[in-house]
Amino acid sequence: MKNAAARGRGIRAIGLSLLAGAGLWAGMGLASAETALLNVSYDPTRELYREINAAFAEDWKAKTGETITVRASHGGSGAQARTVIDGVDADVVTLGIPSDIDAIARLTRKIPEDWRSKLPNTATPYTSTVVFLVRKGNPKGVKDWADLVKPDVKVITPNPKTSAGGRWNFLAAWGYAYNQDKDAAKADAFVGQVYKNVPVLDTGARGSTVTFAQRGLGDVLPTWENEAYLVLQEFGADKFDIVSPPSSIYAEPPVALVAANAERKGTTKAAQAYLDFLYTDRAQAIFAKHHYRPIKREAAARADLAQLPEIKLFKIEDLQGSWDEIQKRNFDAGGLFDRLSRAGR
Amino acid sequence: MSEIFSPIAVPAAKPAQVASEGAATRAILIGIAVAFLALFLVLPLFAVFTQAFSKGIGAFLDAFREPDAWSAIRLTLTVAVIAVPFNVVFGLAASWAIAKFEFPGKSLLITLIDLPFSVSPVVSGMIYVLLFGSQGLFGSWLIDHGIQILFALPGIVLATVFVTFPFVARELIPLMQEQGTAEEEAALTLGASGLHAFRTVTLPNIRWGLLYSVLLCNARAMGEFGAVSVVSGHIRGLTNTIPLHVEILYNEYNFVAAFAVASLLAVLALITLVLKSVLEWRFAGELAHGRAH
Amino acid sequence: MVETPRPKTSLLRTFRRPSVIPGFGISFGYTLTCLGLIVLLPLAGLVAKASGLGLSGIWEVATDPRVASALRISFGVSALAALVASAFGFLVAWVLTRYRFPGRKLVDAAVDLPFALPTAVAGIALASLYAPDGLLGAPLARLGIQVAYTPVGIFIAMVFIGLPFAVRTVQPLIAEIDKEIEEASATLGATRLVTLTKVVLPPLIPAVLTGFALAFARGVGEYGSIIFIAGNLPYVSEIAPLLIVIKLSEFDYGGAAAIATIMLGISFLTLLAINLIQAWSRRRFGYV
Repeated sequence: MKNAAARGRGIRAIGLSLLAGAGLWAGMGLASAETALLNVSYDPTRELYREINAAFAEDWKAKTGETITVRASHGGSGAQARTVIDGVDADVVTLGIPSDIDAIARLTRKIPEDWRSKLPNTATPYTSTVVFLVRKGNPKGVKDWADLVKPDVKVITPNPKTSAGGRWNFLAAWGYAYNQDKDAAKADAFVGQVYKNVPVLDTGARGSTVTFAQRGLGDVLPTWENEAYLVLQEFGADKFDIVSPPSSIYAEPPVALVAANAERKGTTKAAQAYLDFLYTDRAQAIFAKHHYRPIKREAAARADLAQLPEIKLFKIEDLQGSWDEIQKRNFDAGGLFDRLSRAGR
Repeated sequence: MSEIFSPIAVPAAKPAQVASEGAATRAILIGIAVAFLALFLVLPLFAVFTQAFSKGIGAFLDAFREPDAWSAIRLTLTVAVIAVPFNVVFGLAASWAIAKFEFPGKSLLITLIDLPFSVSPVVSGMIYVLLFGSQGLFGSWLIDHGIQILFALPGIVLATVFVTFPFVARELIPLMQEQGTAEEEAALTLGASGLHAFRTVTLPNIRWGLLYSVLLCNARAMGEFGAVSVVSGHIRGLTNTIPLHVEILYNEYNFVAAFAVASLLAVLALITLVLKSVLEWRFAGELAHGRAH
Repeated sequence: MVETPRPKTSLLRTFRRPSVIPGFGISFGYTLTCLGLIVLLPLAGLVAKASGLGLSGIWEVATDPRVASALRISFGVSALAALVASAFGFLVAWVLTRYRFPGRKLVDAAVDLPFALPTAVAGIALASLYAPDGLLGAPLARLGIQVAYTPVGIFIAMVFIGLPFAVRTVQPLIAEIDKEIEEASATLGATRLVTLTKVVLPPLIPAVLTGFALAFARGVGEYGSIIFIAGNLPYVSEIAPLLIVIKLSEFDYGGAAAIATIMLGISFLTLLAINLIQAWSRRRFGYV
């Protein structure tokens, strides 16, 4: 009995010291916090913002002498917007598609309704487009959007309900078809055909890339231009080819200040500076380096620009109207995507 | 539902006679069972380690040079350090009330404690979003008072406590029920205070069962993915637990690192299994299971 | 159950049967408080959110083709997986309890691996094994069988997580079987097969059913290990928990709550079924 009691004390002592140690460790983690910004971003920008954030911290230190940390969170654009709506303390959002920031503005009022007019180029510091990633040698001969509906072509694309990349792909296919005959019904049907060839719908652009590149599923991955180049870098240029279609969509991943959050945290100045920084030559050069299309081409390195080929880009707003209408027509409950997947099953 | 964790105290099998299968049948059945387990259970574990070391030990270690990996480890430990003791206290209180006393509605109470077992992890996370999200029931009140629950430590802890809620209680209730109240009553009659009787009589009786349940509770708390993923917000270096960090690395094409960090959790799982087996072999009589209730 | 005279001193006393053991008030109160705050209140919040839609609204969500098909996949595949897990689980339990062979204890310990291994780790491991270029996926692909990114992948993941439940519920009961009955049956001239099906199996059925129900409940709700290996394709391989996550990403809280409530209801029913099975078994066989 005595022995057991002693053992019990021993166990308790170990338990207590473990507890204390872990508490101390956790406390240390919290104590080291300084000014920190949180950038809630979409899926493929992980590598980009790692570099941008480091550059901004350096710039901020040089200008103000203060140390700043920019934290980032990534995921499907819709899912990320949802976390901000539910209360993630984001200072800035840099999402994949305007309608996601609209949703935050509409549901929380933390972002002013006219956010697109607050920053240059309708709050879009860089643009991008959708290109095709195919297996080496392009065995299925995919050259243009029309090839995606061939019966033997398997298309990998993310779920447009949750992913901005998925929505741009969807809209790009629609825009291509619409530009052929200016017939919306035919364009709807064309998109339906494309999605009949889709075997996997991941929730984010990253999931789709992993499915295509790592898991070897599908023949073509319509994806963000930057994402396609990243795959070549990460998986080796000997496995894949990038095919730029003759025409594609003008994709605008916008940025905005989450005014209410920043104000409450007292970070408005730094957050605004962060967004302004995205328009500086230094940031623009970093965008080009990561294969995004900078809005100030003159700031980018020539070699980086040379990798971004001339593609005829169309704006979906010119074809379908405002972003409210685009979202409602295609992606809201009962919209085109819902109707297509119901019919296509 | 507690049987699920049961260790097995098997009576030594007598040499086969009329009441057993033939040697050939037996060999085939053993073969099928072992092959099935190897294929379904052991191979995935094996895959984790081969992938983790597929680019050599240097690449494996690189995964742990990332400060984000360490902050994930720290967060996971912090969550476990809060959630597990909470469930221990709850489990002790619940099993004391349920096992040592008779009152109406007891089986309903046990069923309610069991409930988190069968709730989808996603739902477990989501219920807290509905309560504490800024669109949720208490959302605006929390914002007004500057309290952050969701997408911060409290939310992750709450979701973890929820999914591990039944673990300790469900091990201790049958154990205490079996032990009855005679020893405590004797101690009390001899003049011990209630707390003293609990510490010197009850606790030693249940210590191995308690340790056993803490082990399983901890494994689940550190490994929970679905529930935590809904409430975490996935902020690097801040609200990423180890399982979420694995997912992030996986999504960054950093497969070696993803599997390296995953192997950390796999090792934890192996340690849990070893300790658990040791407890079962040595103290089978002092655990709640292994005997048909 | 002797009727004890009830001292009418307090409400608490009339609620519980009197005992010399102290601490009922505090432990019972603490239990209820924790249960209420951590489990019941949040679940009530969920149901309240869903009931905002009204019964017809919930019905509308449930019968939406995509939701209906996700529920069908979750429940259908899970039932199938639980069936397979129960069958193999029974075999494994039988082998582990009845036979002696080298490494038996190791195998016995390995059964609990899915409990201890985090689901996300299991998910990426299974995905890497069963992918078309994976260790198991490649040979299967040559046979024309695709596992990863199809409902078969969901099935594999669900068998993985359900197996320990199936094994551990029947194992103690197999250990308890009185061998003399089997011997008696054999002496009376029954073949081994007859003994097994007529004498050994019937009392084990409740435990097998309980194991099935547990594996089923776990499979229906499972998320982490499945999303990595399922293709997540609407109408084909999209599970209900993923659809909840998708609904949340679409800011459709009502819809998400409705699906969650439906799943919660079914969890309740499964738990109830388990309790009924055990009560029936207690009446029929005298043990659980």
